[in-house]
Amino acid sequence: MLAENASWLFRVTPYITFAAIWVAAALVPTFATGLEFNWSADLIAIVALLGSARFFLALAGMDVGTSFGGIGSSREVMIAALAEPAMLLMVFCVALIAGSTQLSTVATFMASSEVGLRVSLGMAMIALIMVALAENARIPIDNPATHLELTMVHEAMILEYSGRHLAMIEFGAFLKLQLYVSLIICVFFPWQITTEGAGPLSYLVSVAAYILKLVIASFLLAVFETATAKVRVFRVPEFLGAALMLGLLGTLLRFVSRGF
Amino acid sequence: MHNLAFDIAHLLAGGLVLISFMMLYQDRLYALLNIFAAHAVVLALSVAWQAFIQNAPHLYVTAVIALVFKAIIIPVALHRIVKQLGIHRDIETAVGIGPTMLAGMGLVALSMVLMLRVTGAADPLAREDLAFALSVVLLGLLVMVTRRNAVSQVVGFMSLENGLVLAATGAKGMPLVVEISVAFSILIAFIVIGVFLFRIRERFDTVDVGALDEFRGERR
Repeated sequence: MLAENASWLFRVTPYITFAAIWVAAALVPTFATGLEFNWSADLIAIVALLGSARFFLALAGMDVGTSFGGIGSSREVMIAALAEPAMLLMVFCVALIAGSTQLSTVATFMASSEVGLRVSLGMAMIALIMVALAENARIPIDNPATHLELTMVHEAMILEYSGRHLAMIEFGAFLKLQLYVSLIICVFFPWQITTEGAGPLSYLVSVAAYILKLVIASFLLAVFETATAKVRVFRVPEFLGAALMLGLLGTLLRFVSRGF
Repeated sequence: MHNLAFDIAHLLAGGLVLISFMMLYQDRLYALLNIFAAHAVVLALSVAWQAFIQNAPHLYVTAVIALVFKAIIIPVALHRIVKQLGIHRDIETAVGIGPTMLAGMGLVALSMVLMLRVTGAADPLAREDLAFALSVVLLGLLVMVTRRNAVSQVVGFMSLENGLVLAATGAKGMPLVVEISVAFSILIAFIVIGVFLFRIRERFDTVDVGALDEFRGERR
């Protein structure tokens, strides 16, 4: 079902956002490095893909002209404008330590014993988790299950969608959550990840390890969501400001660490 | 082994800077006192680790002093003062939290740039310790500047002193006498400040230092 004054943009947006998120999710190494498109699996490219997906979704939210879509879009863009710098700073911090923004290189570096114990990485991890919560519209920032007018952010933006369009957007949102969890796993917990040229048994082990890590992450997310309450929209800048600060501090602390 | 020792020292000193930031972020008085206690605990751990890797047993004494005085006695005393004064538990900040955090980041960046340039020839461990210690000192000053409440200014002052202890342990060969005398002078200062707090409260019915400015005739 489509609104009468919906333009072509409204109809193509679900496919554009889904495609962008799908590509980004496919770029993140989940259980193996050394993939065919490793050269394009760049952290900054992934941030850009997610950003363009969000851009189209925000445009589509305003397309029909209802007030809900507008309020949802403006809030989503406000959150994104705060989350993206935090994400990029965290990317800089990780890239400075690993020497590359390419995810497979980062994962290989993090899995080696060269990393040691670094306070910068801990800060970057907390910053990434905070950004992931905000970007996926999870509980302290937004409630993915709400339809209450005052609290909707992501849901308000896609309120006008139904049928297969809504399915595409919802599927995109699921993929995005999976992407962020894989990103956290790949950058900070790449244990048992398979490198190029390993035997089939090693692939089996790393798939099992990846699934186990996903299950643990979902469990932790569920525990966190039941333990916290949603914050006011006006508190969101403080939450994401803390993430930004952690990313910046991690980058700064890196400069006084070993070997610099 | 050496790398790991350095990494742990770095972790603890970086944690100290992070807790200083949490102090800037905090807007409740009791939570601020708890964070101050955590600050002192991390300081004690950091000093104890330095004692371990430098093989300097007298630093353990410094660590114990930090733990007993700053992590236990002073926070408990401040809790009691806050309770007895019956003051408002929200902290009124002179500047908003966002700009304060940005200023804090600027100060940390400044101290890193300064220390890395000045101490080029020094041992890397002493270098990073000095850089972190300067940031902790500057952040403590920032807490004092941005808070209107006298109790939180005291907390800022104490965290500034934690930064000085960190700097002293990073530099090898600091005599124990100096550290003990510094610790006791801090305790004396704390007692004097405590007495002053009660006097201020008696006279002006508030510990908001803005009242002092008004009394002097500097109206805003």
